[in-house]
Amino acid sequence: MHILICGGTGCRASKSELIQTNLEDALKAKGLEDEVQVVTTGCFGFCEKGPIVKILPDNTFYIEVKPEDATEIVEEHIVKGRQVMRLLYTDPDKKETVSDAKNMGFYKKQIRIALRNCGFINPENIEEYISRDGYGALGKCFEMTPQDVIDIIKKSGLRGRGGGGFPTGLKWEFASKNEADQKYVVCNADEGDPGAFMDRSILEGDPHSVLEAMAICGYTMGADKGVIYIRAEYPLAIERLKVAIGQAREYGLLGKDILGSGFNFDVEMRYGAGAFVCGEETALIHSMEGLRGEPTVKPPFPAESGYNGKPTNVNNVETFANVPVIINKGADWFSAIGTDKSKGTKVFALAGKINNVGLIEVPMGTTLREVIYEIGGGIKDGKKFKAVQTGGPSGGCLTERHLDTPIDFDNLLAVGSMMGSGGMIVMDEDDCMVSMAKFYLDFTVEESCGKCTPCRVGNKRLYELLDKITEGKGTREDIDLLRNLSAVIKDTSLCGLGQTSPNPVLSTIENFYDEYMAHVDDHKCVAGQCKALMQYVVDPELCVGCTLCARNCPVDCITGERKEAHVIDVEKCIKCGACMDKCKFNAISIQ
Amino acid sequence: MAKVKSLADLKRMKEDLQSKMDLREKSNAPDSILQVKVGMATCGIASGAKEVMNFFIEESAKRGIAAVVTQTGCMGYCYAEPTIEVKMPGKDPIVFGDVDVKKADEIIEKYVKHGELVDGIIPVNYNTID
Repeated sequence: MHILICGGTGCRASKSELIQTNLEDALKAKGLEDEVQVVTTGCFGFCEKGPIVKILPDNTFYIEVKPEDATEIVEEHIVKGRQVMRLLYTDPDKKETVSDAKNMGFYKKQIRIALRNCGFINPENIEEYISRDGYGALGKCFEMTPQDVIDIIKKSGLRGRGGGGFPTGLKWEFASKNEADQKYVVCNADEGDPGAFMDRSILEGDPHSVLEAMAICGYTMGADKGVIYIRAEYPLAIERLKVAIGQAREYGLLGKDILGSGFNFDVEMRYGAGAFVCGEETALIHSMEGLRGEPTVKPPFPAESGYNGKPTNVNNVETFANVPVIINKGADWFSAIGTDKSKGTKVFALAGKINNVGLIEVPMGTTLREVIYEIGGGIKDGKKFKAVQTGGPSGGCLTERHLDTPIDFDNLLAVGSMMGSGGMIVMDEDDCMVSMAKFYLDFTVEESCGKCTPCRVGNKRLYELLDKITEGKGTREDIDLLRNLSAVIKDTSLCGLGQTSPNPVLSTIENFYDEYMAHVDDHKCVAGQCKALMQYVVDPELCVGCTLCARNCPVDCITGERKEAHVIDVEKCIKCGACMDKCKFNAISIQ
Repeated sequence: MAKVKSLADLKRMKEDLQSKMDLREKSNAPDSILQVKVGMATCGIASGAKEVMNFFIEESAKRGIAAVVTQTGCMGYCYAEPTIEVKMPGKDPIVFGDVDVKKADEIIEKYVKHGELVDGIIPVNYNTID
């Protein structure tokens, strides 16, 4: 029997390492340590219910396991063959327990290509990767010419998963056509969208697939050096990559004369300081060179003059993770999945007000409704869906009427958002759209490198205007100004950061115009999030005068006699909401 | 660790390693291979289910039959322990009673390999719900 334990960052934070130790101890106590293998794997994706423990061969999926549950799992399940019912997942609709992940709504609609090995193999053991056809794709490539390999990738229709959606095969071809004494393959692991963790999970769960794909890319373009640019705030991913690179070198799958083909390839790592702009390929390359992480005008594209002035091909982690599978299973297999212009699958990090927060991989063309309601399990606490933000700070928010849009690169652009790298943040009726736009602008202002004026100054002004509106001081002219300024920033910024940063503003104005108007004209925030626009009032009919609110008010702004209705002094009130939380008679409300 | 020097080397290595991962691969697609469930409640174990289970695990590997052998709880046929349920791909599961190592051998040779039924089948008297 095998026991798989999630070793992703999320589950480790919930003590999955201790669970492993406890399981091993419990097995030893029963003398079963030789019969049952305990394996740490990458992310299973169902982070909402972590830590996850899976027992094989019967495929039992335990959720929210605590270190003290280890003994019970061993004594009940392993020794007696009885499932520990209280640790099984309960289907929220049918109220029945589900033991096999295959029958869970969360997994039913998913196809896992980039995540194929996550939650299945031990990422720190190259042999488990090899047993799953690992490095076989690289070997297969050596029997073809570089151009043949490029043709397969082109034919598969694979497009860059980092956000841009540029055809990968074409990018490789450009880099291969430029002659130089030295070329580079770069893996962009500078994942920076708030709430996104796709690339981190792939690197943590299946680092070898990225290394293999980088070597394949190197073979096609004639590069013998690969560099992974990863942010230093991903310590676990860095650790696993280090182990993986070490093992691959030891097995001769990186280094000189790989598999007797005469092809040399080695990979090293560069750590980024976590600047969002360094996800832009030219800024990334400058950062790797030790310069300031600022973008430069393209052309020249990195394919002509990139790292150290040499031809360089930059791809995102998820893009690379797809490559070995395409080589092994063929371009036709891959292009059969997905939509007309977007092939394959896409990994999304589901976050926000959704029941099943986690990492999912769905075929292109799956609708937002399927993702949010079937896989995501709907909105938390039975609230009403309001919007979903895709594409991070560069994307837009989509509403109820976009729910049946099939997700692919072009469809999302057409409705005013973008695919981005795969962050998906779900919002409910309690979220204020103006504040949401303000949150993203705050992020962009913080992350703008400051090189070009429209982005450095323009975004700051956008932020100030939004702030003014949330304070209840905005005017209708401000909304027009937001629109005009956004258009200028988009047209004149140097790189993708500035060219897309007004998107959250524009899409919220477009889709939630009424909400902006309510802030401006009526000085009201429907979601009740903008503090400056709220007023706490006591309903004299409902108030019984228990004095509980007055005693809990931190600024003593509630007055009233015992057994008589109380009054809140709006001038003094700091709108902390403590009185409303404490009131047992629902007598306090927001107006 | 010796280096992997050629694609042939890698393939050989993959094959050697595959058996280690077998259990995980198979649990991904249990319906396409032979599944054997051995009743391992107190009564089953007391009458020798453990040896039967080990026999199935070892012999299916030795005879090159892809199989998932799992333990299960009491099936209720206490008069005929050890009981096992054998499910061939695409067929209904069949329950055999009084299975010792000799019987297990017969089941593998006759039923699993050639689809011939052997004595000792317990008629299924219940439906399972999915």
